[in-house]
Amino acid sequence: MTACLFAGCGSSDKYPNGKVYVYNWGEYIDEETIKLFEKETGIEVIYDEFDTNETMYPKIEAGASNYDVVCPSDYMIQKMVDNDLLAELNWDNLPNARSNIGAEYYEQSLAFDPDNRYSVPYCWGTVGILYNTTMVDEPVTSWSILWDEKYKDNILMQDSVRDLFMVALKELGYSMNSTNEAELQEAKNLLITQKPLVQAYVIDQVRDKMIGDEAALGVIYSGEAIYTQRENPNLAYVIPEEGTNVWIDSWVIPKNAENKENAEKFIDFMCRGDIALMNFEFITYSTPNTAARDLIEDEDIRNSEIAFPDLSQYNNLETFSYLGEEADRLYNDLWKEIKSYTSY
Amino acid sequence: MKNAARRIYIVLIFIFMYAPIATLGVLSFNASKSRAKWGGFTIKWYLSLFKNEEIMRALWNTLSIALISSVVATVVGTVSCIAIQSMKKKGRAIIIGITNIPMLNADIVTGISLMLLFIVLGIRLGFFTILLAHITFNIPYVILSVMPRMKQLNPSVYEAALDLGASHVQAFFKVIFPDILPGILSGFLMAFTMSLDDFIITYFTKGPGIDTLSTKIYTEVRKGIKPEMYALSTIIFVVVLVLLFLVNRTPKEKPAK
Amino acid sequence: MNKKMLSLPYLFWCAAFIIIPLCMVVYYGLTDKTGAFTLANIAAIATAEHSKALWFSLLLSLAGTIICLLLAYPLAMILSGMKVSQHSFIVLIFILPMWMNFLLRTMAWETLLEKNGIINTVLRFLHLPSLNIINTPSAIILGMVYNFLPFMVLPIYNALTKIDPNVVNAAKDLGAGSIQTFLRIIFPLSLPGVISGITMVFVPALTTFVISTLLGGSKILLIGNVIEQEFTQTGNWHLGSGLSIVLMIFILLNMVLSAIFDKEGEGATL
Repeated sequence: MTACLFAGCGSSDKYPNGKVYVYNWGEYIDEETIKLFEKETGIEVIYDEFDTNETMYPKIEAGASNYDVVCPSDYMIQKMVDNDLLAELNWDNLPNARSNIGAEYYEQSLAFDPDNRYSVPYCWGTVGILYNTTMVDEPVTSWSILWDEKYKDNILMQDSVRDLFMVALKELGYSMNSTNEAELQEAKNLLITQKPLVQAYVIDQVRDKMIGDEAALGVIYSGEAIYTQRENPNLAYVIPEEGTNVWIDSWVIPKNAENKENAEKFIDFMCRGDIALMNFEFITYSTPNTAARDLIEDEDIRNSEIAFPDLSQYNNLETFSYLGEEADRLYNDLWKEIKSYTSY
Repeated sequence: MKNAARRIYIVLIFIFMYAPIATLGVLSFNASKSRAKWGGFTIKWYLSLFKNEEIMRALWNTLSIALISSVVATVVGTVSCIAIQSMKKKGRAIIIGITNIPMLNADIVTGISLMLLFIVLGIRLGFFTILLAHITFNIPYVILSVMPRMKQLNPSVYEAALDLGASHVQAFFKVIFPDILPGILSGFLMAFTMSLDDFIITYFTKGPGIDTLSTKIYTEVRKGIKPEMYALSTIIFVVVLVLLFLVNRTPKEKPAK
Repeated sequence: MNKKMLSLPYLFWCAAFIIIPLCMVVYYGLTDKTGAFTLANIAAIATAEHSKALWFSLLLSLAGTIICLLLAYPLAMILSGMKVSQHSFIVLIFILPMWMNFLLRTMAWETLLEKNGIINTVLRFLHLPSLNIINTPSAIILGMVYNFLPFMVLPIYNALTKIDPNVVNAAKDLGAGSIQTFLRIIFPLSLPGVISGITMVFVPALTTFVISTLLGGSKILLIGNVIEQEFTQTGNWHLGSGLSIVLMIFILLNMVLSAIFDKEGEGATL
């Protein structure tokens, strides 16, 4: 290992089959699987992480960084398709992806990837409220609890634009893909009235803060729920009755990728049942990989309502779609207004 | 009474400066992965740290960028000091003014401006671009710590050496160099430290697949820091602390010899 | 051999990596997506959100700088009065924390300041009222003071150690009281250190985006956050550059002010 610490040095003997540049969410893979991939294929993986879809996009768009595999969410994939940033997949090279990923997830993908030409689902889940049962006595069923004065300074909201607006739009009964300016203004005002009650706008720090009993309620991705409950048994996760976001993060290949074949090998490797299982156990986000789910030994988890919710019992579930540049700007401007609002 | 007050004040400031560092040290022994919960004492992060290739690679990048950039900056900076010293007043003022820019300008603007340059020139962002950026912001620290030493030099000593038949290079190494060495060393140390601690400029000039400890930590701050990071920082800190004490003990022993 | 030739590599370096990049920021700031000239990106500072962000940045960084100065000056006085054979030792004590990563140090404050954090646990144990400043402007100021205090202490300490003790003694011999000696002799002579300390604290404090994100819970938008977001999230580099130009004007103003006070032009030594 010491011999090859330097990025790119002497990789030819250890990795005869070139490289693949992977750009994924932080903490979103079991690093063992990367090592297995390198060992089995002789392809060196150069791995990089991002924290929101919005920070990932300009890097791909600018083209200064040539990634071969990226793992964006639904609406961002649509934006990348619209802006012609993605390469079409060659499904002949992806046998595991064809056989192991459940058909319903490909169907769901049609919303942002018509004809399933660009993306292979990697993880999916919902967004909901994680709450501490020792601090919240009433049953949590609705987003409206996030506007309850009782929980002032005990609420954690998401620090990314679409996730934040989703909560307000759903609370108001609108679509979370709304581009109607009046609706968005209403949502903005609702979020501004909420701001004095909010302890902090964070991304995944929700996890640590909820584990440490720092807050009573937090908006969180379902995948984090299993991990946080393991660390703090007082936490419970709920999907509010007004509906929520059902999201999919999928593997895609950017158009300017220099190692497309290796990229497809990487994607297909990640779709292998045993590998997908390793990843599921490490990151605890729901896997669309049916082969992996069948391999889960712990019956409680295989049938867990949190890891694999039966979506048919919820109303108003939606998936984000890309709203166009105009709407993007509107969202960002309104978000800036919320962020710059202070009550003093 | 007055002395006691002084001592208390210093102790309070030191607690303020070192409390977060002690906190990180404690977290490095926390068995729980979450920083919010104490899961018992463990040294497992120290063991797994060396097996974590990602962190080791980031450490290697950080150290090599800090070392190369501070060495280059020290050489370029020292040479420039000689040149600046021999300049007329106006030229000197201009060049010192430019030197001050990266130090006084906002890191975010420096980082962004370099990123724009690299992208427009089509240079692929990576190790090399970070290195260039670090050299750029390191040079001023060297110049500003060597310059005062230069000014204290007596120019006639150098002239005398030349008169006695020394070449320019000889005269520099025999006469000037020993006098400005403390300035060069402290400039080097400052540059090394700044490079090591930089986040913002690296953040904007880095490319795919390359991380320094800073940029790695930034992605992790939002996702939850891997406890190995605490362990690594604690090791770095303790090593530097020990080195510092060793260096400061040696001169005291010298006179006794 | 002409000694001036030695400056050529450095001049080239300055041009390539300092001047040209800044020109690029100016170019981006003064154009729109189509490449046409516009002042809109700079005028954008006048919008309610941006001017408020700038105002908050100025306010918080000013508060941070003043607190740094108030903490650092007495400290530098005490340190310079101590009989320490090793000046470098004192300097290193203040540089030492920088070897623990800046982000980790700042994040450690989160662990210290949180509701159930270390400080509050101790306070609760002592039956004292708890400290609730996390995610408020106070926490951001604290983060600034913590991160930039060494940049204030070191220049002042350097300036104070350079003062010839004979000058101070002469003043005392001539009948000046300690307050008078301080006001008439010590403080004026340490002024270059104070000025460079102020600059070196104020600028990074004014432009930070990390401290407000980590310790402010993203609830307070600073101008640094706006610029960072334009570059890394919204992808509007022109607006980001335009706002950077505005920021540079403030930095320039600060440089001019310090140049007026620090006529010798060597204040910025560490």
